[in-house]
Amino acid sequence: MSLLEVEQLSKRFGGIVALDECTLSVPEGSITGLIGPNGSGKTTLFNLVTGFIPADGGEVRFKSQSIAGFGPDRIYGLGIGRTFQLARIFPRLTTLENMLVPVRRAGLRALLSHGQWGAEKARAMEMLASMDISQVAGTLGGALSYGQRKLLELGAVMMARPELVLLDEPAGGVNPALLERIAGHIQQLNRQGVTFLLVEHNLGFVMNLCHEVVVLHQGRAIAKGTPGEVRENPAVLDAYLGA
Amino acid sequence: MSLVLQAAILGVLTGGVYALMASGLTLIFGVMRIINVGQGALVILGAYLSFVLFHNWHIDPFVGLLLTMPVMFLIGAVLEVAFIRPLKNDREALSVLVTYALALGIEGVLGYIFTANYRELSVWYDTQSFPLFGFRITLVYIFGFVLCLAILATLFLVLYRTAFGAAIRATMLNRTAAQLVGVDVERVSAMAFGIGVATAAAGGAVFGITNAFNPGSHYDLISRLLTIIVLGGLGSLRGAIIAALIMLVTTDVASVIISPEWSSFVFFVILVGVLIVRPQGLYGVRVRERI
Amino acid sequence: MSPTGLLRLASLILLAVVALAFPLLVSDPASTNIGVFTLMYVGLATSWNIMGGYTGYISLGHAGFFGFGCYALGLPLAHLHVGGGYAPFFLVPLAGLLTALFAIPVGWIALRTRAATFVIVTIAVMFMLQLAASNLIGLTGGTGGLRFPNPGWSGDVFNDPFYYAMLGLAVAAIAASWWIRRSKFGLGLLAIRDDEDKATAVGVPTRAFKLTAFVISAALVGMIGGVYGYYVTYVYPEFVIDPTIGISMVLMAFLGGLGTVTGPVLGALLLEPAQLWLAYHFGAIRLYLVFFAATFLLVILVLPRGIVPSLAVLLRRRLALT
Repeated sequence: MSLLEVEQLSKRFGGIVALDECTLSVPEGSITGLIGPNGSGKTTLFNLVTGFIPADGGEVRFKSQSIAGFGPDRIYGLGIGRTFQLARIFPRLTTLENMLVPVRRAGLRALLSHGQWGAEKARAMEMLASMDISQVAGTLGGALSYGQRKLLELGAVMMARPELVLLDEPAGGVNPALLERIAGHIQQLNRQGVTFLLVEHNLGFVMNLCHEVVVLHQGRAIAKGTPGEVRENPAVLDAYLGA
Repeated sequence: MSLVLQAAILGVLTGGVYALMASGLTLIFGVMRIINVGQGALVILGAYLSFVLFHNWHIDPFVGLLLTMPVMFLIGAVLEVAFIRPLKNDREALSVLVTYALALGIEGVLGYIFTANYRELSVWYDTQSFPLFGFRITLVYIFGFVLCLAILATLFLVLYRTAFGAAIRATMLNRTAAQLVGVDVERVSAMAFGIGVATAAAGGAVFGITNAFNPGSHYDLISRLLTIIVLGGLGSLRGAIIAALIMLVTTDVASVIISPEWSSFVFFVILVGVLIVRPQGLYGVRVRERI
Repeated sequence: MSPTGLLRLASLILLAVVALAFPLLVSDPASTNIGVFTLMYVGLATSWNIMGGYTGYISLGHAGFFGFGCYALGLPLAHLHVGGGYAPFFLVPLAGLLTALFAIPVGWIALRTRAATFVIVTIAVMFMLQLAASNLIGLTGGTGGLRFPNPGWSGDVFNDPFYYAMLGLAVAAIAASWWIRRSKFGLGLLAIRDDEDKATAVGVPTRAFKLTAFVISAALVGMIGGVYGYYVTYVYPEFVIDPTIGISMVLMAFLGGLGTVTGPVLGALLLEPAQLWLAYHFGAIRLYLVFFAATFLLVILVLPRGIVPSLAVLLRRRLALT
């Protein structure tokens, strides 16, 4: 069953075609990698799916329901989370507070609840512990190291229990030890039922972690399959090495 | 009907003055991404400087610009270095407060020196007019309009034909990239601010001739200027000029059709109306910080 | 309770006792007048901070809501022929409600723009209100002024009910600010201030949150404006929708520390008595503007985070070292 379906998605920026009738799907329960040369449209795809920019054409369906035109907050409420290329957290809030910001249901409940107490705080501490960063719970986000920020970003996104998480270059700017930790967390969360779609340039990381890989080139999906299949695909080699 | 047309013509002419003052604001915002809420006070300062020259040494305000514009340019550069450059975080928000503080400071000092009495630059030609196609065109407004055109033209020439102008435009488009190609963005910022303040001097001279002013006059002025640049779209020079013309023509016509008291109100109603439909203004760009 | 918790509670109680007893201890009208205005600004700065400090959207037009609230109380009082005494105080919540209703469309329009433009729109709205108040002579009395009923209290205790009214509103504002700061709503506001796009990405309904903060802030300021009107009896557009009131509350919040509960309170407690003292001794309104400007510039350049956060950082360092 496909959790996320992208059909004929198009987007231009002035004269630049970022996505050209791109079609792909993300199977439920998988860790799917999205790779492609620079400028192939990967981050644009993320921004379209998560509602940051409107599409020029095509459809995006989550659990068979169209999510076209929804804003990012609504999309998060539906169960799609995302991280950013350069890990984004709230610098003037503490690590714990960062974990308590995400809002799954935005009703009066969200307004009235005291986020610092009770079950939510306990869950946040648990999540921080599983990421091995509970010792910095009281530190301001701005004072964290880059690695800690990346982990915090992922942890915070997970607070509202999203079913699908889009990771934008989770391995970017990260040392090998932390890389393994991140890969471990992704696998652990995946075993708990979270589907991942990740954009990455670190092909080793992708090949080891992903069940399935989609290759984007010039705004279209040109190949899809297991890491092994994609690695052998001549069209993919062409795209990366250039004609 | 002819009264309306007369008002419209007046609107175009005074619009030129406001366009000049607004362009200074736009330049400053474009280069430094700060909103100089003190621009109104600087215009009034320019008016007082012209007043001093005129009152004590009988120097005509337009001639006096040869002196007041360079002086104001220096004042602007100094203000930028002293109060704007030190701002590191939250630049946009803090600069509003800093420049508002500067405006109050200028108002205070001017009030102390000149008191709250209204002043005027009563030049011999301020009521002279000549007929044109059945309408009366006041000379002063023509002078002011021509001055504004001249300064704006010079501004455009500098921006688009000189290396320095290119440096300014580069800084406006992408500060970091400009730095990377060797532009001294700090110096460019100081100079841009200086130029913006110098235009205020010119605006002040014309404003002083056509209006009675006192230190408190900057509130009304800055609220109009800010409305103009928001209507035109922050950072767009073309937008500022067109918005100034639209605003002034509409208010002058409204003054005739409805009443003078409500004309300022119409001003703001237009702004609100445009913002509902187009939050970025006429020529503004919807900027997403970073995705 | 922890030692710091006990200390906090103790100082709160002390403060409460002092605040309540003040008019009884220092009963001359000149002093209680200072008390009235100081508490007024405590309330204003705290209320302003709910929007400006927490969300980072700086409103320089809050004087507009102050004036609106003033008229929102004065006009019903005039039309309902309410006499003096304590009765007008009971209508203050009505003024707050009316201001809130007015703030909804204003906020909706103003918040469609980015933070920089937002500032300008708030300034524009303030001037629109001032113009409307001046021109709608039939409604507001225009520049001729609006007259509030005469409270009818004797000279030496005249200020006292107003002192307590302002105290009540200040406490309400502080309570609201404190409660918001500790809630998920408040965290959302702070997140918006730090990184609005990231906040939407984690589900914060930024539009709704911003508007709510804006309306709450406006309503509180409006109520304070209403009490002010009753205090001064005669209300004129240029004096009640006065940019200096608007900038004062911002300066106080800044000095004390945006985004904290106690910051604006501290800022007001420091600046308002100083301002009144200066106005009294130097008379010339002009010079006190320069004082203002100088203080503002000093605060922004030297203590950009304000007193309370800077002290907190200092304390943290001290405690870390011991």
